[in-house]
Amino acid sequence: MTPRIVTARRDYDDSFTLERALATGAYEGLRKALSMTPEAVCAEVDAASLLGRGGAGFPAGRKWSMLRKAPTTYLVINGDESEPATFKDHLLIERDPHQLIEGVVIAAYALQVTQAFIFIRGEFALGLERVSQALNEAYAHGAVGRDIFSSGFSLDIVVHPGAGAYVCGEETSLLESLEGKRGYPRIKPPFFPAAIGLYGEPTVVNNVETVSNLPWIITNGGAAFAALGEGRSTGTRLFALSGHVERPGVYEIEMVKNTFRDLIYSPELGGGVRGGRAVKAIVPGGVSAPWFFPEHLDLPLGQDEVAQAGSMLGSGSIIVMDDTTCMVRATWRITKFFSRESCGQCTPCREGSGWLERVLYRLEHGGGRAEDVDLLLDLCDNIAPGLTWPPQQTTICVLGPSIPSSINSAISRFRQEFIDHVDHGGCPSGH
Amino acid sequence: MSHLRPELRARAEAIVAVYPQPRSALIPLCHLAQSQDGYLTEPAMVEIAELCGVTPAEVRGTASFYDLLHTEPVGRYVVGVCTNLACMLDGADALLAHAEQRLGCRAGGTTPDGLFTLEETECLADCDVTPCVQVNSRFVRTTTPEALDALLDELAAGGRSEEIPPHGTLNRVFRTVGREAPVEVVAAERAAAREAQAARAAEAEATS
Repeated sequence: MTPRIVTARRDYDDSFTLERALATGAYEGLRKALSMTPEAVCAEVDAASLLGRGGAGFPAGRKWSMLRKAPTTYLVINGDESEPATFKDHLLIERDPHQLIEGVVIAAYALQVTQAFIFIRGEFALGLERVSQALNEAYAHGAVGRDIFSSGFSLDIVVHPGAGAYVCGEETSLLESLEGKRGYPRIKPPFFPAAIGLYGEPTVVNNVETVSNLPWIITNGGAAFAALGEGRSTGTRLFALSGHVERPGVYEIEMVKNTFRDLIYSPELGGGVRGGRAVKAIVPGGVSAPWFFPEHLDLPLGQDEVAQAGSMLGSGSIIVMDDTTCMVRATWRITKFFSRESCGQCTPCREGSGWLERVLYRLEHGGGRAEDVDLLLDLCDNIAPGLTWPPQQTTICVLGPSIPSSINSAISRFRQEFIDHVDHGGCPSGH
Repeated sequence: MSHLRPELRARAEAIVAVYPQPRSALIPLCHLAQSQDGYLTEPAMVEIAELCGVTPAEVRGTASFYDLLHTEPVGRYVVGVCTNLACMLDGADALLAHAEQRLGCRAGGTTPDGLFTLEETECLADCDVTPCVQVNSRFVRTTTPEALDALLDELAAGGRSEEIPPHGTLNRVFRTVGREAPVEVVAAERAAAREAQAARAAEAEATS
């Protein structure tokens, strides 16, 4: 039986209250961390080999170690969860705000940071309420603020509401937004806000799920965490399963030990494809990821395993499309999303996303041309030259080069379906 | 004379005070102003600019980037229907079309009585209850036309006012603590922490 690391309290109706949190061990990990040196806390997280849960999968310990030599000024928690079909942080924010806050304090102590921010997307009105309430309780409990649990360590946390922009999930864009500006990603290098972050100061940005793992890691030890999973993918992970499955939801399962088939078909997990139909395509890690197909079902859910198969585990969101799904429509909707959310700084993304969206629209709704399929690929090639994975970068951030993933996947696999849309003068299945 | 009501003006000043730099309060203050007026009025933007130490043009320039910040009037209830992939696969387009018909306005429009604004949204991160619908950024989980109609009727009659008041709840829970120490004290503590860290690093180096 896999331990529940970040969802231990999810079955309690009052999981978000301080009473329930304290009755189930909240802030014990923090007390233990405060009895250790910051270096020893970092060493535990290193031993756990916790990979960042935001999408890029960068080792959290290594991110921190870049700052251990040159001191950090700010810690920023990224709770701007907006990658389509990713809804795991939503669960953690609403259902277990004290676990999140405890993780933030542990991370801040390890980094010796005295000011942290929790950035939560503005669409999470209830989540913002719960975290703000929990933070007030945590201050009163002595777990945040001056001289935490009489340890001499002080930390101030500010809950910051976002205002609705997908691109703010990109960490440099998030920092711009936190500075009160438009969410424009910053030009790299520097590649990490470690060098120049919030207000130009060294900053660590960690995902909500990443830090929510810390209380368990400190309580049980990094080695216990690393004993779960396999290879580089240690511990458990939250997978957000949606689309054509019987039981969509967020499931915490051990890394690598389960396959896509397990997640989709196990009775206690996805429960199978809806109506007993067949899988046509799977989006394996957010809509920025190249798609998988039925032959990938037995691939383990591990970061390197998925990367070697030519895609990414990304944000851990998996969308299942059954054999009735129109691939042109699915691709069009994903591209429409990118077109709406492009911040507009870089020409390939700003112009390219709109062109792609309009070509896909006319294929789906009538008016498609025979040359459109190749035109789509040519446009994609201009945004991410060579259509490789991982994509070549022509833009400031990865939003642009993520656009071709679904289009290239769908055309490579279902080219005839696109041609049928041209011949039929729109979607043959009559959408 | 403050455009924000006195209690909101006090809140605004408290929000500015928790940030190391006042400009960071810009978006939270926009949410605050919208909880009073529904959208960002000219005088509100001027007041936010003054509180954040920027120009009103910078407030507008920032606000116009974000979906949740409105520089034009919106209805008392902003109804968002997600049509992104997971919702699309479960009939979101039909639900949005129903909402347009029921409200008599297209997505992006507002009903003539100023009660409802309808929006087609991108993913709202609640993809196990599809199609996903939010009202004033609260998940309402009305996935059928019938359930959506019933909710709209209820809202129009003033129901659900605790969970979904007009113009939302983003500013319902505030910090009960201000900054607990002056900036100089924090800076001194940070310097001491750095010194201690450097000393431990040097010690570790010496022993290895």
